[in-house]
Amino acid sequence: MPFIANFPFFCILITMFGGILTSMVNGKWAFRINTVIITATLILNGTLLLFLINDPQYFTFMMGHYPAPWGNEIRFGPLEALMGTVFSFVTLCSLISGKAEIFHDVKPRNVHFFYIMINLLLSSLFALIYTNDLFTAYVFVEINTISACAIVMAKENGKTLAATLRYLIMSLLGSGLFLLSIVLTYGITGQLLMVPAHEAIQRIFATGDYQIPLTVILGLVCVAMAIKSALFPFHTWLSHAHGSATTASSAILSGLVLKGYIIMLIKIIVRVVGLDIIVELKAVNILFVMAVMAMIIGSLDAIKENHIKRMIAFSSVAQMGYIYMGIGLGNMAGLIAACFHIIVHALTKPMLFSAAGGLAAASDHKKDFGHLKGAAYRNPIAAVAFLIGSLSMIGIPFFAGFGAKYYLYMAAMGMGAKMWVALFALAVSTVLNAVYYIRVISIIFSKAEGEVVERRKNSGTYNLAMAVLIVANVLLGLFYRNVMDVITVGMGLL
Amino acid sequence: MKNNRYITAFRRFMDGEVSFEPKVKETEVRRETSHEEKPLAERYTEWHDRNSYRLFKGVYAAIASLVAGCIIFTLLLTVSYLPPYGEAGNPANNEVTERYIEHGMEETGAVNIVAGVILDYRAFDTFGESCVLFVAACSVMMLMKKGKKGKGEETLQNYNPKRDPVLKQLAMVLVPFNLMLGVYVVLNGHLSPGGGFSGGAIMGASLILFSSAFGYRRARPILTEKLIKIVTFVSLTFYAVAKGYSFFTGANHLHSIISPGTPGRIMSAGIILPLNIAVGFVVTMTMYSFYALFTKEEI
Repeated sequence: MPFIANFPFFCILITMFGGILTSMVNGKWAFRINTVIITATLILNGTLLLFLINDPQYFTFMMGHYPAPWGNEIRFGPLEALMGTVFSFVTLCSLISGKAEIFHDVKPRNVHFFYIMINLLLSSLFALIYTNDLFTAYVFVEINTISACAIVMAKENGKTLAATLRYLIMSLLGSGLFLLSIVLTYGITGQLLMVPAHEAIQRIFATGDYQIPLTVILGLVCVAMAIKSALFPFHTWLSHAHGSATTASSAILSGLVLKGYIIMLIKIIVRVVGLDIIVELKAVNILFVMAVMAMIIGSLDAIKENHIKRMIAFSSVAQMGYIYMGIGLGNMAGLIAACFHIIVHALTKPMLFSAAGGLAAASDHKKDFGHLKGAAYRNPIAAVAFLIGSLSMIGIPFFAGFGAKYYLYMAAMGMGAKMWVALFALAVSTVLNAVYYIRVISIIFSKAEGEVVERRKNSGTYNLAMAVLIVANVLLGLFYRNVMDVITVGMGLL
Repeated sequence: MKNNRYITAFRRFMDGEVSFEPKVKETEVRRETSHEEKPLAERYTEWHDRNSYRLFKGVYAAIASLVAGCIIFTLLLTVSYLPPYGEAGNPANNEVTERYIEHGMEETGAVNIVAGVILDYRAFDTFGESCVLFVAACSVMMLMKKGKKGKGEETLQNYNPKRDPVLKQLAMVLVPFNLMLGVYVVLNGHLSPGGGFSGGAIMGASLILFSSAFGYRRARPILTEKLIKIVTFVSLTFYAVAKGYSFFTGANHLHSIISPGTPGRIMSAGIILPLNIAVGFVVTMTMYSFYALFTKEEI
């Protein structure tokens, strides 16, 4: 095994150690340590990704001295490395662009706690991406739940506390259902590692024993992950949690935390259960129905919203619908399109949140549309980022979102009744997306006559992060085929 | 003309002036004269205004119980299809448990198989689990710790039993023995049932007993926030470094300096003993800081 195969393990370990280390320092040093650690994970993941693109294969990494069914294990190929790279990149950009707001919103004595949470959150996301063990996944889901709630709560006021409580209750419900499903899986297979569990499940499915527990397990996993990633009927916590938290938290929560669970679900579908079994048991159809409703109802909710961050949060509900629709189609192309949309959304939504934070900061930290009028002239770079992000989310060619929608359309082809529903939902949802994004753009770019514009001075890091995100978005829009190739290869090796 | 109205409405929407938020209606409280005098529609509106909240609560409760009932039924049904408890042919009795039971002692050096499994075979999970405690303690600190307080402000501290002779006398006897028991359970974690988590819980409980019997002023000079931070930091760092080394050597098939030793001796089982001590410290400190933060809002 080449030395490079140690990199995911290093990423998980240094982010966890970073969280532990951060508890001993003050806010400023916490920020510095955090930036260094996340940059290091970006370099490690990026190197691994380049290595795996040139030489597609997957590695199994023993966590300790004992092989598969006995000890813990992580396993990764190009897809996991790609996700890891995107996750570190997005975290880094959100944190350095949201730095000023973090120090503005969070009480000084709590700032280092905020960075502890970010570190542990990132380590749990890496663990969810890389793990090959169902129970390890559960342990890191716990870390993820607590730290995600804590970064909402970091901006202490009545609204965020209420939002955190809501989020915590829903999230714990999801964790509980996930734990139940793991327990049931262990009960009928006697395995916790993914590959041996897959063999056992195939054996069970072939013999026809334990048919009912298997169906219930699939239902529980799907519902648990749907709650965790705010799929339609379980999305009520999202707009409050993401809308009221500090900008960097909102960016990380909607860009990454929701995705960690979806990647976990995709891994469970492909690696543990097997796509053919899950299609035969019809579990994906539930996800499909919920996804289609999410795409339309999330967009309608976003249209009604007058608060820019809550509007973006509702847009996330609709975008989660897109991703779940890809999964719900129940074919490999759909899963690949879903993975691509995960990357698109992970790159775009944090940019939108950071841009909205910048626009609001230029308007007295007020986030309703009345105060945002003409904000584009006060903070041009944020406005450009918002514009690019909106166009990407609507799905205009040359921006990242176009590729995702294109592949979702292609994946829906030839799926019978599902095809018509999917095409209809995609079309309607795209129009609705356009309605609310163009509305915001027209508001922020319309200046009252004779208004004196006071341009806000952004920090250099904010401008840099925004520029990097814009470039990343456009590049993804131009070279989506290359990214798709990596995902396709990675999905084959998953 | 009609078109114009829609265009204006659309303009107002695009300018962000339209609000979709539900308007709070101001309802007048007035005496009912007679029902029959008013038209039906108005009577319905009145009834609705008065009872909608109650109606909503009722319907909500009904639907919630229905859904919960369905879930309970499904899960119970599932349980009845699971393999029966304790049968030899169950899927869970496979090669995994076989190796744990038959070779666990020679491979890990721990007589207590559970300690061997959680701190050697599946040590990564346990590291995650101690980080869960750490992150939970941090978030409680973030939420509950208040800055300096004015004199008049009330905290739960004022309601603690003060100078309760029975509690004091009992605590005087119990605390040392409890602490000793906790230390014993931690140190013998690899030889007998117990380990870091259970021993840490016992030690944490005795610290809580000490603090509640002898008061906050006696506990504070010993258990400062700094001490708690440093102990947690050192324990977790030790865990991360030790297990990091072990994972690294294991995965790369390198020779590890950690050896299982002779099973049954106190200095055996490789690094399970120091790991148990580290986990024990983390659990103790987390439990005590939870107690201190929830009752006194500071440590």
